[in-house]
Amino acid sequence: MIVDSPQGLFCPGGPFHLDPLGPVQRAVITHAHGDHARAGNAAILCTPQTAALVKRRLGEGTVIEILEYGERRRIGEVTVSLHPAGHMLGSAQVRIEGPAGVWVLSGDYKREPDPTCAPFEPLRCDVFVTEASYALPIFRWDSAANVAAEIASWWQGNARKASLLFCYALGKAQRLLAELARVTERPVFVHGAVEPFAEIYRAAGVRMLPTRLIGEERSFAGELVLAPITARGTPWMKRFRAFESGFASGLLRIRGTRRRRGFDRGFVISDHADWPGVLKTIRETGAQRVLAMHGHRDALVRWLREAGVDAAPIGLAAPPLDPEGD
Amino acid sequence: MRRFAQLYDALDATTSTNAKVAAMQSYFAEAPPADAAWALFFLTGRRLKRLIAPRLLAVWGCERAQVPGWMAEECFSLVGDLAETVALMMDTARTERRAHAEPPSLASLIEGTLLPLREADEDEKRRVVMTLWDSLERREMYLLAKLLTGEMRVGVSETLGIRALAQHAGLPPATVAHRLMGSWEPSAASFAALVRPGVSDADVSRPYPFFLASPLEEEPEALGDRAGWLAEWKWDGIRAQIVRRGGGAFLWSRGEELITDRFTDLSGVWAALPEGTVLDGEVLAFSGDAPMPFSVLQRRIGRQKLTPRILEEAPAAFMAYDVLEHEGRDDRELPLRERRALLERLVAGRSSRLLLSGSVEAASWEELSVLRRGSRERGVEGLMLKRWDSPYRVGRPRGDWWKWKIDPYSIDAVLVYAQPGHGRRATLMTDLTFAVWSAGELVPVAKAYSGLTDEEIDELDRWIRQNTIQRFGPVRAVKPVHVFELHFEGIAESSRHKSGIAVRFPRISRWRTDKTPEQADTIQSLRALIKSAGREGRDRG
Repeated sequence: MIVDSPQGLFCPGGPFHLDPLGPVQRAVITHAHGDHARAGNAAILCTPQTAALVKRRLGEGTVIEILEYGERRRIGEVTVSLHPAGHMLGSAQVRIEGPAGVWVLSGDYKREPDPTCAPFEPLRCDVFVTEASYALPIFRWDSAANVAAEIASWWQGNARKASLLFCYALGKAQRLLAELARVTERPVFVHGAVEPFAEIYRAAGVRMLPTRLIGEERSFAGELVLAPITARGTPWMKRFRAFESGFASGLLRIRGTRRRRGFDRGFVISDHADWPGVLKTIRETGAQRVLAMHGHRDALVRWLREAGVDAAPIGLAAPPLDPEGD
Repeated sequence: MRRFAQLYDALDATTSTNAKVAAMQSYFAEAPPADAAWALFFLTGRRLKRLIAPRLLAVWGCERAQVPGWMAEECFSLVGDLAETVALMMDTARTERRAHAEPPSLASLIEGTLLPLREADEDEKRRVVMTLWDSLERREMYLLAKLLTGEMRVGVSETLGIRALAQHAGLPPATVAHRLMGSWEPSAASFAALVRPGVSDADVSRPYPFFLASPLEEEPEALGDRAGWLAEWKWDGIRAQIVRRGGGAFLWSRGEELITDRFTDLSGVWAALPEGTVLDGEVLAFSGDAPMPFSVLQRRIGRQKLTPRILEEAPAAFMAYDVLEHEGRDDRELPLRERRALLERLVAGRSSRLLLSGSVEAASWEELSVLRRGSRERGVEGLMLKRWDSPYRVGRPRGDWWKWKIDPYSIDAVLVYAQPGHGRRATLMTDLTFAVWSAGELVPVAKAYSGLTDEEIDELDRWIRQNTIQRFGPVRAVKPVHVFELHFEGIAESSRHKSGIAVRFPRISRWRTDKTPEQADTIQSLRALIKSAGREGRDRG
């Protein structure tokens, strides 16, 4: 019921596209990151939280149909419902029930608890389409609480410098603000790309550290600053007299990646399923057939086949770029 | 071991020198002396010999993590480091219920468990490693793998490690560096001896830390008055100290290797020196009144046994250029002018194999510069410039000793083979082999790893992948299209190389995009270089 098309995954029974790559008539959107929710679609269907974020990113003009988690909607000859994926605020798996049974598209997901969104809901299905961004047996995440404690102690140690933490402005930044709220109450300075999304998270009831938008002031000694990776190496950085730089991403699990990128500190925190998470999820769906997309999908497919699972790749054979991107 | 792993992380997590010293200092303050001794061993760049082949470790890691070999390779190609791949795979396989037991201390791990593995068979090694893995966290598994494969490296220089220990002990770094020289073995007792108060020392064999020169990067006129500087030839041999104390004699190389037994033909030299003397100088193969090329000395070092024939073909001499200790007194603080006077008295007429590195006389920098151009004909690498007022320092502080080397040899050669580098270059084709023409064929003459910019490396890597004509394991033969200018320090005939030529310290100078492969050098032009050097390069093996 889900097939490849030039514009990405497509459900002919709707008909509608799923996280399309280019403009289409009707699209179901799993979450608000830029590589999933693109501009130019005539109409999109998503959760209310995703809708708020998408409006902020793409403007008020977007025609959006809202579907609450668990609510069922008949589209053509299939019934669609959205269920929490645990990736970020509003992120959803797409469950499609139709003549060919039950299919679930995971979207981006993780199994670790995240204070900014509803936890991943395991769904039984016949065919499970899973992301494979980190589907290699070297990826396994430490608890986010430990990482938050690491960040807090790094911040505390930089009394005379700014602690400049690069991360994605939507999703990762808010998760860090929420995780850090468990260990401190100090306000955090944020780049202009982070704040608008933080406001939407707050309006959705997510508890985070208080944020201060960075203005023209200088120095920021002893402060934690969250900024998107795109700000690195731009004139925006000139305001920091002395600073240490950190980066938060699942990619930094690999030592060489951190060293090549030249950050002082790397914090391993990801919003995608790690290797044990992917395997556990596949098991819990009880799916007869598994389709894998993104990242290390070919390795996952081969591994599943050797374990006797019917598996195949789906979607673009994209190079494993930085999967935490928005 | 846990504490050492934390130190490793702390050193890895910062690029700040001060932060690294602070981390090491607090480690030395907290760790038991036996552990601190081993930590220092690694922090000063020392290594254990390989105990287990990396391939075996990978196989056991796959088995433990229940990961098939192809998957491990997939992971390795992303990680670029075997120890890290194994540690990450096992960390992923670990089950939540297993609480980590306290791992062994660093000293007990190395002395009690790892070193005895030298005598163990493969089954025993496997059993020990599997048991150890049970008690270790990810980064500890990583360090264990590094220890076992003899690749344990810490991101600090020896100087920095010494500085941290000196700060911990409240001693001058030179004292600590001196105590670490020679045959220092890690143990609680030897660590205590390193940090004990006081600066007078007893070990009779111990050499002084070497004073190393920096390359002169500007015109010598910038050094000021020519009269303020001693000029000597830069000898191309083995830098060494003769330590004559306690009735014995010890010859130490700059790599802190005791090489006394390798140079029995110098026994007359130490026998002639008075008790309580330490000389700094160069061991050379020396025939008549001229030094022989380094390659001759190198062949001698490579030999297991010193046969009469080798001693005859490559007779050693000690070219002295400094005195560090005289009549049992540490004279390093004396100005060079006074040490030199002392040295001249000490060396004169003692032995035909003990030579004085003479002052190169030239009234002006310009005159000296003319003499320097004749370096190759003399079999030296250029000039050394030493400030007459300077003490004998430790390490490579800039300002008092400069090496003013002659320009390197330069050839144009064609890229013929490539293979991936290591570490951060594991995914890039950076180990390159270059060839020159010989009777219409390209013959490899040099391998080079460095000299290109990151952008050039990226570009060349892409080109290599698209223009591979044949593969031999990791090595790719590429279309012979690109010409590179290579620089190197020495050239000699060699029976061990297919081309019959060996070059010394080759590196890439630039990518000659303006040249076609036909314009590259020939084996004849390389042979001419050997001849023009005027140095005896005949293969005596």
